[in-house]
Amino acid sequence: MSKDKFDYFINGEKAKYEVIIGLEVHAQVHSNSKLFSGSSTKFGANPNDQVSLVDSAFPGMLPVINTECVKQAIRTGLGLNAKINNYSVFDRKNYFYADLPQGYQISQYKNPIVGEGKVLLDMPYGSKEIGIERLHLEQDAGKSIHDMDPSNTYVDLNRSGIALMEIVSKPDLRSPEEVNAYIKKLRSIMRYLGTCDGNMQEGSLRADVNVSVRKIGDKKLGTRCEIKNVNSIKFMQMAIQYEANRQVQLLDEGKKIDQETRLFDTKKNETRSMRSKEDAHDYRYFPDPDLLPLKIEQKLIDELKKSLPELPDKKKERFIKEYGLNQYEATVLVSEKEISNYYEKVAKLSDKKLAATWMMGDLFAMLNEKGLDISNSPIKAENFAELVQSIKSGEISGRIAKEVFEIMIESGDNPKKIIESKGMKQESDPKELEKMINEILSKNKDKVDQYKTGKEKLFGFFVGQVMKSSSGKANPQLTNEILKKLLKS
Amino acid sequence: MDGITNQGLKEIIDNIKSKKISSLELTKAYIKNIESAKKLNSFVTTTFEQALENAKNFDSKPNYEQILPGIPLAVKDLFCTENVKTTAGSNILHNFIPTYESTVTKNLWNNGAFLLGKLNCDEFAMGSSNETSFFGNVINPVGDKLVPGGSSGGSSSALAADLTPATIGTDTGGSIRQPASFTGTVGLKPTYGLCSRWGIVAFASSLDQAGPMTKTVTDCAIMLEAMSGYDEKDSTSINKKKEPYSKNLNENIKGLKIGIPKEYRVDNMPKEIDELWNKGKKILKDLGAQLIDISLPHTKYALPTYYIVAPAEASSNLARYDGVRYGYRSEKGKDLIEMYENTRSEGFGDEVKRRILIGTYVLSSGYYDAYYLKAQKVRQLIKKDFDDNFSKVDAILTPSTPSSAFKIGEKTNDPVSMYLNDIFTVPVNLAGLPALSLPAGTDKQGYPLGLQLIGKTLDEQKILNIGYAFEKNCGFKNQIQKWWL
Repeated sequence: MSKDKFDYFINGEKAKYEVIIGLEVHAQVHSNSKLFSGSSTKFGANPNDQVSLVDSAFPGMLPVINTECVKQAIRTGLGLNAKINNYSVFDRKNYFYADLPQGYQISQYKNPIVGEGKVLLDMPYGSKEIGIERLHLEQDAGKSIHDMDPSNTYVDLNRSGIALMEIVSKPDLRSPEEVNAYIKKLRSIMRYLGTCDGNMQEGSLRADVNVSVRKIGDKKLGTRCEIKNVNSIKFMQMAIQYEANRQVQLLDEGKKIDQETRLFDTKKNETRSMRSKEDAHDYRYFPDPDLLPLKIEQKLIDELKKSLPELPDKKKERFIKEYGLNQYEATVLVSEKEISNYYEKVAKLSDKKLAATWMMGDLFAMLNEKGLDISNSPIKAENFAELVQSIKSGEISGRIAKEVFEIMIESGDNPKKIIESKGMKQESDPKELEKMINEILSKNKDKVDQYKTGKEKLFGFFVGQVMKSSSGKANPQLTNEILKKLLKS
Repeated sequence: MDGITNQGLKEIIDNIKSKKISSLELTKAYIKNIESAKKLNSFVTTTFEQALENAKNFDSKPNYEQILPGIPLAVKDLFCTENVKTTAGSNILHNFIPTYESTVTKNLWNNGAFLLGKLNCDEFAMGSSNETSFFGNVINPVGDKLVPGGSSGGSSSALAADLTPATIGTDTGGSIRQPASFTGTVGLKPTYGLCSRWGIVAFASSLDQAGPMTKTVTDCAIMLEAMSGYDEKDSTSINKKKEPYSKNLNENIKGLKIGIPKEYRVDNMPKEIDELWNKGKKILKDLGAQLIDISLPHTKYALPTYYIVAPAEASSNLARYDGVRYGYRSEKGKDLIEMYENTRSEGFGDEVKRRILIGTYVLSSGYYDAYYLKAQKVRQLIKKDFDDNFSKVDAILTPSTPSSAFKIGEKTNDPVSMYLNDIFTVPVNLAGLPALSLPAGTDKQGYPLGLQLIGKTLDEQKILNIGYAFEKNCGFKNQIQKWWL
């Protein structure tokens, strides 16, 4: 894809198509207990260890709303610049399945807790706003395990009743790249807020992906297919790619697209039909009579608003203003709360601009290579700041800094200590340097003469000699200045 | 010994407190009665051993400060009781033993009572004659061919036959008041939210309410005191201070305004019901109350509204009985869907299936607006009828039922005529109000008939007071011949 122009289109035989994508993201609410029961939500417990009588729907059991989950949903809504509804209703979504003990999921249908909002994406071709249709709270189902026994299915209800936020986007996304940016942005906002840990491996963030295609220039949306329960960004992108091409091919062949629910087969890299519109469940939604409508006082919303942390968009603006970063640097450095915290620590103790360059260069490369998050970086922010400062002050050169950096990774030591103990300090005394350079020039009289007659390329040779005899410690800028001065005389 | 169990709860408590009888003597007397009344089929489960143990414990360390000191009680088998089978009158729960105790029964036990057994009821409380129970129909002690009413038919039968000094039932559309009326006993459906629903097998969550069934109004006040109270485990529970209903009983009802709704004079109502109503009006008037004609114009829509709302909620509430985690599971079927189908086909009876079908239909897409949504709107109008009138009157007097107890089998093939039995009781559930059914007289055949007092939200005390005064001046005496002995 070109860097500065959007160009994700699918070429059919007769026409060019754009791809319309909407996402329903299911984000697990970060909370100690479930949405309507006191059971723990910790990941990784033994099957059915975290199941109350409510979660397993014993006769006469009743749901009681966990107010912390409600607050988390409000915080998330505020983070998405969305309208918080003072009145919302929990409904029952009725269907039978072995891992759905109640025979219904408590969800929100007509009156969700959060209404319309928006999310800003920074794309290479500019910033793009993605509309949020709604956010609602609902219960997760349990897990059916089909591969433990040849003839029986096992059910684990640990997830049953855990609070999810379903965040529904408008059909504003146009490419797998935008989906990638959108999920990352949502995840980032929720992690800043502490409302969802965003851990896709543990299933804390999943999405249903709605895909349709239309000829460029058409106003009407095409028939969409919903790809259910995709649990990684990579798979979402692959599924969209496959599905969009499948739909274009159907249209090329003059066939109709059926509105249906599809599954993405990660092994075969294709989507396949799960059920058609005709077979769609009739969920028989109706307000849950066990629960009163959720009334949220404006005071609570205002209080939560006041206590929100600074979110990525705001932080980015501030980073540009306060630290003189460019758009790109700021975008990268606010993308995750932990990264932005690290950067701010470093920037406060050292040169802001140089800190950004070194973080986004060597530090990120190292973390990436080691598969580490910044929170478990072997180099602490304080030490990293000292390293940046040593470069800035001219104490060490960039080249030496890379060596120091390598040692820091291994030892976790403070850079000052490394520089001193290994004698890596830069030679910045002009007199010392001049003495050294004079020696080199007198040893290479012939080259000096060639230089003076016009062979200016030899300048690099002299610099190299200086570096060699100083074992790389000569201050490069000073070396240049002094060399120029002496070669002129 | 028969003398002990002839008494009302209040007298029994007094006799326990004055040590005229022990809890053990009392318990043994009831056990003897229960064992000789098996023909009535009012019990699904008895817990005699445990009851005798509890009685002995009480006697060895009596606490007379409790509301129900050493009192054995049988309860409707819709209340979950810890380690005691709880069936809801259904095959699908025929083997279900809860590990927990419903809040209402726990409240009773915390106030000194203990369990004597679990009482038969219509399956999942769906029925007006106790004929839908998987454990067979219950017989009304009033006559061996008569239904005891329903769904709390085991409760009304056991109470009227002196098999328990008092009992509790649940009332979704009249399931306490109608059986009370059929057996010449007192039944109260409290304000929705006064008694916790936690641990009660759900029928229709927005209508279900537990309440007392007793021989006298005083007993009713005592039981309500013991069983009611806020419960944070029920989101629809009302958070209010407990009231000492029995201490506050007051027979002076001078000046109270009693509403007489014209819509409760229905077509084809037997003359004797009308006469009973007139008798009730006269008693209250003679006691100094003022009768005021009122109109509750949406009454005629109450029954159809009820038969949309209640089945809708039931169809969803009963989805959990799928054979996966507890209760009955069919051995037939080759996959999950077939297991569901067979389990539910074999586990539920006809009336329950009928209501699940109705409920599923009225909630389904394309019909929701025409049925469920419209019913919810009408429900608001019914509620508003009452609200409008309660600015003018203190309570409303109506008949409890359009007839006396009918014969076993008489209406089983005609569900609609069965449903019509609840015509005077369902509006109260739809409006969430308290209502008391009082024995007030008999028909030509000598079968008991009841009158209903409807109160404002949380105004239980007032209808109990009116009932108390009425009871003293009505002169009704239940004439039950113990023909089963």
